[in-house]
Amino acid sequence: MSGNGTPLLEIRNVSKYFGSVIALEDVSAFVRAGEVTCLLGDNGAGKSTLIKVLSGVHKPTKGNYFFDGVEQSFNSPRDALEMGIATVYQDLAMIPLMSVWRNFFLGSEPTKGWGPFKSYDSEFAKKTTKEEMAKMGIDIRDPDQTVGTLSGGERQSVAIARAVYFGAKVLILDEPTAALGVKQAGVVLKYILQARNRGIGVIFITHNPHHAYPVADHFVILRRGLVYGDYTKAELPLEQLVQMMAGGADLEALQHELEQAAREGGAEAESLAETAQAIESELDELDELGDE
Amino acid sequence: MSTDTAPAPGAAPPASDERLREVSRASRLLSRPELGAVVGAILVWVFFAIVAFDNNFISWATTAAILNRAAPLGILAIAVALLMIGGEFDLSIGSIVGFAGMTIMVLSFPTDGGGFGWSLWPAILVALIVALAVGWFNGFLVVTTKLPSFIITLATLFIFRGLTIALTRLRTNRTQLGNLDEVSGFGLADTLFASQFTIFGARFRVAILWWVGLALVATWVLLRTRQGNWIFGAGGDANAARSVGVPVNRVKIALFMTTAFAGFLVALIQAVQFTGADTLRGFQQEFEAIIAVVVGGTLLTGGYGSAIGALFGALIFAMVQQGIIITGVDGDWFQVFVGTVLVVAVIFNNFVRQKAAQR
Ligand SMILES: Nc1ncnc2c1ncn2[C@@H]1O[C@H](COP(=O)(O)OP(=O)(O)O)[C@@H](O)[C@H]1O
Repeated sequence: MSGNGTPLLEIRNVSKYFGSVIALEDVSAFVRAGEVTCLLGDNGAGKSTLIKVLSGVHKPTKGNYFFDGVEQSFNSPRDALEMGIATVYQDLAMIPLMSVWRNFFLGSEPTKGWGPFKSYDSEFAKKTTKEEMAKMGIDIRDPDQTVGTLSGGERQSVAIARAVYFGAKVLILDEPTAALGVKQAGVVLKYILQARNRGIGVIFITHNPHHAYPVADHFVILRRGLVYGDYTKAELPLEQLVQMMAGGADLEALQHELEQAAREGGAEAESLAETAQAIESELDELDELGDE
Repeated sequence: MSTDTAPAPGAAPPASDERLREVSRASRLLSRPELGAVVGAILVWVFFAIVAFDNNFISWATTAAILNRAAPLGILAIAVALLMIGGEFDLSIGSIVGFAGMTIMVLSFPTDGGGFGWSLWPAILVALIVALAVGWFNGFLVVTTKLPSFIITLATLFIFRGLTIALTRLRTNRTQLGNLDEVSGFGLADTLFASQFTIFGARFRVAILWWVGLALVATWVLLRTRQGNWIFGAGGDANAARSVGVPVNRVKIALFMTTAFAGFLVALIQAVQFTGADTLRGFQQEFEAIIAVVVGGTLLTGGYGSAIGALFGALIFAMVQQGIIITGVDGDWFQVFVGTVLVVAVIFNNFVRQKAAQR
């Protein structure tokens, strides 16, 4: 499933300047269909800028953008979306007071009838929402439930399911696990794998190596606008990834952080490990399904 | 309830599933925005039915009086409800009533009195176009300046009330024009907008049909069309809606034009009914309409509400007004009553909504 074929989406030697500010310099990255590429980086590393380049908000100052082997130059996010490059932002495009099914189809409502009697095909919308969510492994008891009553993880999953349903070939996820607790983050990671198993190329942006590691096929680590490292999973043990993410800070700060983590993060680290384990087994299961 | 409730082997899961559905149906009813207004309307009716029993509150005549009173306010409230669900305010709607009414009057008034001497229907058409243009102007200013619509329409409230008074006086030297029934084309307009029908000896105005008809159309649009979904989306979170392709600006401008249309319709109904208009017509009706909408369960912050709620909100308003008139309570107390009803209704609605969200 992995390692074969040309990249679905690729950027080569991309730079982005804002006046004198160098936000990205000579960044290359790619994602293949049915793979997860993880973009890691601390605050200010240039992650948001890179997402905006990938999703068509910004044009790169230098460098090339390929989709399906063809060079692209997007003028707006809509251009990218039409090619099948969907971005799910951290502050989701979801309306809390609207029901799940109305949110799911907002902006692309199915209709029936004609002329002035054309109406919103709500039965189709409800049925499809339920089905699509079920495909992602989420049981929406009641599609009339408002999105505001869903948990953060469930909300992210609705957004992912929606992007997949509307034909996303590449899914760009901007820190989908950042605001979530350990358990909820696990839920979202599971859907990332689900999307991947459906043959979608996933670009997963995060600053948390523990979230990245269980799902990614390869890692691109950004630091100060530069690619600091580009590894496949086989090349990079988790410990090294964690170290690398912390490596930017000077030794003293690192030590301080580690001490603090040891002091108060013991319980959290443990539960994280648990989640990671759960996800790994889930991953195996999915791999089996995917290979059938 | 059903005949085959005998527990067949392995039938347990569907039974529990059924129970889940029943619960969610009950809470779904509770979460309807208009619930508070429907309950409120019943309570207010019962209150006056008891207090004003000797004043014949329970009668066809009183019922007709209440509905006749509620209709024009209700027409405005339904349009305002759509706009408020879409996340905007329109304080200028009362001024649009005045402006559209005087446009009809001045255009159709005899030339020797300072008017233009048109026949009625062209005058109506021009008033409609003018009203829609004002609505478009409101919407355009709001979406381009990104200022709160509260401010923009507060400005247009004054601008168009002022224009109504100034232009009418400039042209005709008066603030009141009458004798619309002498203008050609009045007969048809009278039938469409001001006729009455008698049920059980009480006279109901045709405006009631416009009111109820608009409520039904608005409800259909809100719940059963793409545009309705866009209205909820635009009001719920304009940026989120925009990012999934909802034409938020167009939706908002269309909503301002809808409230302006409602203002025009009320102006027309009243001009025909009273065979004239004055420059202060519609004064403060924007507040009454907003009160009816809020009592009807629509959120001030947008994204949530209903047209049926606005219909009942207008009904409550009219019942209180009529109840106070027939019980002979000094009319000075009316505003105290309205304010109280507003606060109680909003608190009640918030309470209901929170309950519904907690399931
Ligand atoms: N529109 C912009 N104008 C000027 N500088 C910008 C702009 N966007 C981002 N930057 C700069 O680019 C750098 C990378 O920022 P960003 O992409 O937001 O990083 P991250 O998302 O990893 O935290 C920062 O130093 C930021 O100040």
